[in-house]
Amino acid sequence: MHNRVQKKDGGLIGMAEQEVTLMKGNEAIARAAVRCGVDGYFGYPITPQSEIIETLALDKPWETTGMVVLQAESEVAAINMVYGAAGAGKRAFTSSSSPGVALMQEGISYLAGAELPGVFVNVQRGGPGLGTIQPSQSDYFQATRGGGNGDYHVIVLAPASVQEMADFVDLAFTLAFKYRNPAMILSDGVIGQMMEKVVLPPYKPRRTEEEIMEECPWATSGRRNSRQPNIITSLELKPEEMEKRNVHLQAKYEEIQKNEVRYETIQCDDAEYIIVAFGSAARIAQKAIETARAQGIKVGLFRPITLWPFPAGEIAGLAHGKKGVLVAEINAGQMVQDVRLAINGEEPVEYFGRLGGIVPEPDEIVNALKTKLM
Amino acid sequence: MAQNTDNILSPENVVYRKPKLMNDVQMHYCPGCSHGVVHKLVAEVIEEMGLEEKSVGVSPVGCAVFAYRYIDIDWQEAAHGRAPAVATAIKRLWPDRLVFTYQGDGDLACIGTAESVHALNRGENITIIFINNAIYGMTGGQMAPTTLVGQKTSTCPYGRQPELHGYPLKITEMAAMLEGTCYVTRQSVETVGAVSKAKKAIRKAFEASMAGKGSSLVEIVSTCNSGWKLTPSQANKWMTENMFKFYPKGDLKDTTGEK
Repeated sequence: MHNRVQKKDGGLIGMAEQEVTLMKGNEAIARAAVRCGVDGYFGYPITPQSEIIETLALDKPWETTGMVVLQAESEVAAINMVYGAAGAGKRAFTSSSSPGVALMQEGISYLAGAELPGVFVNVQRGGPGLGTIQPSQSDYFQATRGGGNGDYHVIVLAPASVQEMADFVDLAFTLAFKYRNPAMILSDGVIGQMMEKVVLPPYKPRRTEEEIMEECPWATSGRRNSRQPNIITSLELKPEEMEKRNVHLQAKYEEIQKNEVRYETIQCDDAEYIIVAFGSAARIAQKAIETARAQGIKVGLFRPITLWPFPAGEIAGLAHGKKGVLVAEINAGQMVQDVRLAINGEEPVEYFGRLGGIVPEPDEIVNALKTKLM
Repeated sequence: MAQNTDNILSPENVVYRKPKLMNDVQMHYCPGCSHGVVHKLVAEVIEEMGLEEKSVGVSPVGCAVFAYRYIDIDWQEAAHGRAPAVATAIKRLWPDRLVFTYQGDGDLACIGTAESVHALNRGENITIIFINNAIYGMTGGQMAPTTLVGQKTSTCPYGRQPELHGYPLKITEMAAMLEGTCYVTRQSVETVGAVSKAKKAIRKAFEASMAGKGSSLVEIVSTCNSGWKLTPSQANKWMTENMFKFYPKGDLKDTTGEK
């Protein structure tokens, strides 16, 4: 079914001796989850990410690791299943694409309010509404601003390769449990559907009951040994108490911003111009940089890996003294707002993007760089 | 006198006591409301089954949103209507625990209809305790999915009219038709006899959940004297005369003995 090829040279850093497999980004998410000791997946089919649940259904992890896989009646139910599972101390996730993730926003807000470590994946498609099944990055605002009601943030990881789809599953759970905060993998139809070489993470067993109790003393698993009951809720009717809870959340978000910013820079050392792009747009931008450099334009790429927390200080530092910054994204200009906030008028910042499921060509980015900044 | 009091308090004379699992806190429920009695029954059954360290309740949005304050077990508070989805995951991931939801009519039979029907139809090994008082109590007396035809509420002030508001939903009858349910029953708690039957029903449902026999739904036809704008005794009378006609009591399905 899948071409299993042994790696021949050292193309992938630090992966010698490991099995390299060719698969779709969506399959990589599913297979990585089983290997990361995930306890449960709850999802509802939607293009372009149905391979996640299909791969899990095919692989039957309930017979090997004991992982629960359940097709829910809706995205609303799926995210609330993640809420129940996370509240019970389990590693559980769901996945969907843009319209389905819109439906999940209620549950995501509740996860944030109750401080639960649920994980979800958005393999974005173009909108608004039913939109298109083609790739897009137009859920950036929804992902980075919280998305549902209330003042909250989810940790947002943006993979740019099938390898990162696999790697970010465990990372998302690690961060989610570290901070008791929902975490999302914000992918898109390009990364979800394309096939690439990937080295799956090593097998890690699911945590035992004792390990869960130790890691999650707050979890609802039955109040053993006459401990005080654990209550999972986001409700607090007294405004003074609710303000305290919000202040606590904001302090946590500050801590996450301080500790968890992740990004990558490519060919920035001698760069006069910087392209900022995430996810699939960063892959296209990487090709654009090659083209531009062949034409003598010194340009580098800054790729935010965490979209929240956003690498604002790092972008501002890198952009300092440069001739200009181009933000390339597959939407109508969303991340460009964060880049402009970061750079705060010090250097020119321009935007280029395509909409509605159109994925830009590298040459279009090079042209935008020339016409808007040179 | 002192001797008489001692005599009254001696264990062999105790005919009633507060269940150990009921917390010593003031309840927010109105006097005359059925919730308090049903909470007590749930607490008693968990205690009698020895499951206080293995139970997880899921509370709804509605009057019972604070159920977690009153019964001394682990709880999760779910979004409006989503309790059966939340309970599904908890039970599947902690299969040896007792997992139940406690929901009102708006939560279970209106906004959460999809979650209720599908959890029941999947045969999740959970119990749903369903308080049907035919009104939205917490938000101040609006029309519920189970509001009777002709019944006045703040959003049908001239009485529920099918041509304007549709018909009351018999979700318990629907549940009895689903392959996944093993025990579906309708009870009430307005008399000593009814309380005793309701308790037996809750016990049977919890036992079925623990034995993995499928989903159980225990509807308790209940009073909301504040929402109905009646005294507690008038509310009991109104329920008996009106609710029981449309929502007849008794077991609608019981296959717990078959498996």
